[in-house]
Amino acid sequence: MKKRGVGIAAGLYPTGLMGGGDPSQAIVKIKPDGSVDLIIGSTDIGQGCKTVFAQMAAEELGVSVAQVNVLNADTDAGPLCLGTFASRVTVISGNAVVAAAREARGILFESAAKSLEASPKDLVAAEGKIFVVGAPAKSVAIGEIAGKSPLIVGRGTYMPSPAAPDPNTGAWNAFHTLAWGAVLAEVEVDTETGEVDLLRLVCSYDAGKAINPMLVEGQIEGGAIMGQGQAMTEDWQPYYPSLDWQPTTLRDYLIPTTADIPNIETVIYECPSASGPYGAKGIGEITANVPTPAIASAICNAIGVWINEIPITPEKILRALEGKTQTS
Amino acid sequence: MEYKNVGQRDKRYDGLAHVTGKTRYVDDVVIPGMLAVKALRSPVTKGKVKKIDTAAAQKTAGLAAVITPQDVPANGFGPMGPEQPVLAQDIRFKGEPLAAVAAADEDTAMEAISRIKVDIEEEKGVMDPLEAMKPEAPKVRAEGNLFMFGDKPYREIISGNLEAGFKEADEIVEADYVESSYEHTALETQCSVAVPEANGKLTIYTVSQCPWFHIGPLCGVLKMPMSKVRFIGGTVGGGFGGKNDIHADHITALLALKTGKPVKWRWTREEELLFSTHRGAWHIHFKDGVKKNGRIVARQVRSIRDSGAYTSLNPYGVEIHCLVVNGPYHIPNVHIQGYLVYTNKPLSMSMRGFAINEANYATEVQMNRLASAINMDPWDIRFINAYRNGDKMPVGKVLDSVALIEVMQALAQKAGIALPAQCQTMTSAKREVQP
Repeated sequence: MKKRGVGIAAGLYPTGLMGGGDPSQAIVKIKPDGSVDLIIGSTDIGQGCKTVFAQMAAEELGVSVAQVNVLNADTDAGPLCLGTFASRVTVISGNAVVAAAREARGILFESAAKSLEASPKDLVAAEGKIFVVGAPAKSVAIGEIAGKSPLIVGRGTYMPSPAAPDPNTGAWNAFHTLAWGAVLAEVEVDTETGEVDLLRLVCSYDAGKAINPMLVEGQIEGGAIMGQGQAMTEDWQPYYPSLDWQPTTLRDYLIPTTADIPNIETVIYECPSASGPYGAKGIGEITANVPTPAIASAICNAIGVWINEIPITPEKILRALEGKTQTS
Repeated sequence: MEYKNVGQRDKRYDGLAHVTGKTRYVDDVVIPGMLAVKALRSPVTKGKVKKIDTAAAQKTAGLAAVITPQDVPANGFGPMGPEQPVLAQDIRFKGEPLAAVAAADEDTAMEAISRIKVDIEEEKGVMDPLEAMKPEAPKVRAEGNLFMFGDKPYREIISGNLEAGFKEADEIVEADYVESSYEHTALETQCSVAVPEANGKLTIYTVSQCPWFHIGPLCGVLKMPMSKVRFIGGTVGGGFGGKNDIHADHITALLALKTGKPVKWRWTREEELLFSTHRGAWHIHFKDGVKKNGRIVARQVRSIRDSGAYTSLNPYGVEIHCLVVNGPYHIPNVHIQGYLVYTNKPLSMSMRGFAINEANYATEVQMNRLASAINMDPWDIRFINAYRNGDKMPVGKVLDSVALIEVMQALAQKAGIALPAQCQTMTSAKREVQP
C-alpha cells in the first residue's frame, strides 16, 4: 500500500565562529583604466563568494560587476581569511570587502575633489565616474584619477569581537547573528517495499539580505538535496558501530542524483542582521540542516511509527512496520 | 535602501568556466618532471609499528623517495595542537598513513608501496563510542577515551531549574536518536601538488577550504616559516567541510622537499570514502516536559559524538551543539551535556552544519513527537515556543533579528497551507503563550 505523509521542521544557525574572533581581510586596488582588482583570502568552494564580493565592490565603487577582477586564496599575494566554514564568508569577508572598497573610494574622492573643485563629501561614484551630487555634468572618470595618482589601494579588515563567557554568570554573547529556516516535506511510502518517494520540499530561509538571490536559491536547493541523502540513503557505516561493508564507490554510497530529487520550492525571507554587509546573514549550512528532520518526520507521519535513526532506509521502514504489526 | 548591484541575480563569476570544463582545479596542474605520490596505509585498526623495512621498495625502478616517520621534522598537526601524526607509529585507525612514496607514475608508486615491509604488533581497538565510554574499554589514546572539557568529560549548559520545570509539565516525553555518519562526497577528491622552488621556497597547490587555517600547522610540521611556504588555492571542487583538515599537503610537501621535484598526490574515490574525514555519528537522548497549552517548560539533552581517533575541531562542534540543541525555541529550564568520545576510526570532523545539523535533526523530530503527545498541530507547538526578539538563549545570548515565525508563515504561504488561526497573527515581536 502507498501511504502519504507530511513533516515540518524549523532551525537556526549562527553566522561565523562561536565566540567571534574570526578575521577576514580584503584589498581593493584600482587599475589605470578604472577597473578594479579585489584580492581576498577566502576560498570559493562553490558557494559563489567571488560573485557576491564582485557585486559588493561594484556597489561601493560605482563600477559594473564586469569591471571587478577577483583574485583569491594565494597566501603570498593575498590577505588573510580564517577559512570558508561556519557560514561566515559572505558576512565576515564581505564586511572586509565593503571596508576595502570604501577606503579606495575615499582616496578616489580626495583626488577627484581637487579636479572637480568640490568637497569629497559632495561626491558620488557611479557608472565608472565620480560625480558632484546635484551637478551630473561635473564628473571625472575613475580611470583618469587612478592612472595619474599614486597607487590607490583600499584595505579592509573585519573580525567579530571575541566574546568570553561572564566569569560570574557564565552568560556568553556567543553569536553575533543567527539565521532562521523552516521546511515542509511530503512523501509517499510503499509499505510493501519500504521505498520512499520524496514528492515535495518547500524550503523557507532568512538570508538577512540576499546579496545574490540566485546563489541563495542554489544554496537552498543544494542543501535540500544533501538533506534528502542524509534522511534517506547515505550511510558511511551501514553496520554501525562496526566498519564492516563500508561503501567504497558511489554505487554503494548513495547520494541523490538529479533523477531522485523532488520538486524543490524556495522562499527567501529577509530580516536584516546588524552585523552583516547590507544586513546579510550566512545561509550556507542551515539549508542542509532543516530538510533532514522534515523528511524523517514525513516518513514517520506516513507510516504511523516513529523511527529514531537516520538514514531511514527501506529496511528500517519495513522493520518498523513489522514491529507495529506485532504489538498492535 | 536601493542598490544597483547588491540583490541582483548576477551570473556566477566563474560559472561558465565551471560548466564548460575550463576551470583549472588542483588535479589540472601539471608541471614538467612531476612525480606521483601514494601512501602505505595501516591494514589494522590499532597497533604499534615495530619496524618498517623500505629496502625492497627503494630498489623499485622509477622510485624517487620513500618517507617514514623519521623523515618528518615535527610529526604532528592539528588546529588545537600537533596531536595527529603525519605518518603514524602508534596506529589508531585502519587506513592511517604509515609511509609514503614518490615515483615516476602512480603504478610505480603503488608497486613501491607493495614492497614496503611493516611489522605491526596488533592490539584490540574499540569501535562503539558507547563501549569506549566504559572504564574497562581499550584505550584509543593513552590519556583516555573521553575528551576533557576543562575538568569535566562533557560540556554542560544549565539554565533555569530543570526539576521544577518537569514538575510543572503535563507530559514527559523521552526519546533516543541515533545518527549514522556521512561522507562529504565532493566531486573533487583530496589532491595536492607541491613544487620546490629554486630559492628554497615551497609552493603548494591546495584544495583546502581554509589555506590560512592550514598554513600554521603545516609550517609546524615542516619547521619552516610562513614566508617559505606559499599556498595557491581558492578554487575547490566541493568542500562541505571535508577540506577543513590537512589530508595531503603535508605529505606532498615532505616528498617535494626530499626529492627536489614537483609531486602530486590525488586520492582515489575509495580512499576519499574510507579515510578522509566524515560527519561523525551521534547518540542524542531527549527528555522534555511540555504543558497541554503547548509550552515546553523543561528540556534535558545528553549528546555523545564519535570523534574517531583524533580531535581536530570536534570539541568546538560538541560545544556549539550544546549551545543550540534546545532548538530555536525559548525553553525556561534546560540542562544539556555533550560528550566527545574517541574510537579507533578515521577522524570525524566538520560537515555542512557541523554538529548543529545533528542537533537540528533530533530537536525537530522530537518537536513533532511532543506535538503528537499533547495532540497539538506541529505548526502550533513551533509558533508557541519559537524564539522572539529579546529572548535569552540558555547560554545567555540575548537575541535580535529573530524571524522564525515570519519564516514559517512564509513557508506555509508558499506551500499553500492554511495555518492554525493563532499562528497567522503571531510575530517575533511578542510572546502570546507564557510558560
